[in-house]
Amino acid sequence: MTTRSEITRNGIWSNNVALVQLLGLCPLLAVTSTVINGLGLGIATLITLVLSNSIVSLIRGFVRSEVRLPVFVLIIASVVTIIELTMKAMFFDLYLVLGIFIPLIVTNCAIIGRAEGFASRNSLGPAALDGLMMGLGFLSVLVVLGGLREIIGFGTLFAHAELMFGDAAKALVFEINPDYPGFLLAVLPPGAFFGLALLIAAKNWFDLRPVVQQQTSTVSAETV
Amino acid sequence: MSSLSRRQILMSGAFLWLFAVAGTTLVAFTEYSTSSAIAENERQLLLRNLYALLPRDKLDNDIATDTRTLAASPLLGTEMEMPVYRARQTGEPVAAVFNSIAPNGYSGRIHLLVGVYVDGSLAGVRVVKHAETPGLGDAVEIRKSPWIKSFDGKSLDNPEASRWAVKRDGGDFDQFTGATISPRAVVKAVHNTLLYYQQNADMIFDQ
Repeated sequence: MTTRSEITRNGIWSNNVALVQLLGLCPLLAVTSTVINGLGLGIATLITLVLSNSIVSLIRGFVRSEVRLPVFVLIIASVVTIIELTMKAMFFDLYLVLGIFIPLIVTNCAIIGRAEGFASRNSLGPAALDGLMMGLGFLSVLVVLGGLREIIGFGTLFAHAELMFGDAAKALVFEINPDYPGFLLAVLPPGAFFGLALLIAAKNWFDLRPVVQQQTSTVSAETV
Repeated sequence: MSSLSRRQILMSGAFLWLFAVAGTTLVAFTEYSTSSAIAENERQLLLRNLYALLPRDKLDNDIATDTRTLAASPLLGTEMEMPVYRARQTGEPVAAVFNSIAPNGYSGRIHLLVGVYVDGSLAGVRVVKHAETPGLGDAVEIRKSPWIKSFDGKSLDNPEASRWAVKRDGGDFDQFTGATISPRAVVKAVHNTLLYYQQNADMIFDQ
C-alpha cells in the first residue's frame, strides 16, 4: 500500500517521469524550446494522465488481462483526441503552436506505463493522485528545460505568454537584454539533449550529495 | 501461458469491442459539439491573415467566401487545387490573395499568402506555415522580422526580372545573416506568383 506522500514524492522527484524513468522524451525534447510551449504540453499531458489513470483504475476490476493493453491504448487515444478537439475549439491560438505535438501525447510511454504499472492495481483515489503527481513532475521538467533553453537561446522568458493567458500576459515577458544575439544551439534539438542531460546530472548530484559527504567524512575520520 | 477457452476469447473480444464503441462514441460526440467553434476559429484565422494583407477599408465583400478554385500550378508551387481569395469593392475587383508554396525552403515547403492588386503590384506577403530553422530562416515570419514587408508595393517591373533575387544572387532583396536559402525560396515563389497572376488575371476575377 503506497501512502499519499510516497505517491507525491515518487511522481515529482524520486521516480520522475522525465528525469528518472526517462519516458516521454520524444514530446519532451521536441517542444521545450520555450517556457510557454513546455507549459502547454505539460498541462495537456497532466490532464491526459489524470483522466487515463482514473478510467483505468475504475475498470481494473473487470478488464480481462489478455486485452488490457489494447483497452488502455483505446482509452488514452480517446482522451487525447478529446483534449485536442477541445483545445482547438477553446484555445485556438495555443493550438496553432502546440497542435502538432498533441497527438504525440499518445506516444508518451509514461502514460501507458502509469496505466499498466500503477492505475490498474490501485483504487481511484491513489490512481488519480499518481496521475496528477507524475504529470506535475513531467510538467516541471518541461517548464524548467523550456526556461533554460529559452533564456540561453533567445534571451527571453515567457515569450508568447499571451497565446495561453490572453493579452494581459504580455507583461510577463521578460527579456534579459534587447541586444542579446541568441544562441542557436540551445533552441535546436541538440540543445534539448544537452539541457536534459544537465538537469538529470543536477538531480543526481543533489540526490547523492549527502552520501558523498558522509563518505568523505568517514574517509577523513579514517585518515585521522 | 494458460490456454484460453473459446468462451474467454469471445468475452475478451466482446469487451474490446465495447471499449472501441464507447471510445468512438465519446470522440464523435466531442467532435460534433466542437466542430462549429473550430470552423469559426479557422475562419477567423484566415480572415486575420487576409486582413493583414489587405486593409479592411479597401474591400466590402466577404473575402473568405468569395473564392475560386485554382488547379495545381508549378508557378504557384501547388500540387493540388487551392482557393484564391478575391477582394472586391462595389463589385469591382480590388485584389486577389493566392495560396502559394515555395517548394525549396531549407526544411521543405514554405506556405505563403500572396496578395496581388489588380494592377499587378503586391499588397503584401505572409508566411503561414514553414519549418525553417528557428533563429535563422524563420525570419521570413512576420513575428520574427519585418523582412517580409519588403515585398509590399513590388511588381514584375519593380524591380526588373533580373533583380528579383536576394542580394547574394545579385538581386534587390536582403538575405539573413546565416540564412540565404529561406529568403531565396520566398523571393522566387513570390515572383512566380506574380507571373501566374500576369498570365491568368482575366480568369481569376470572372464568375
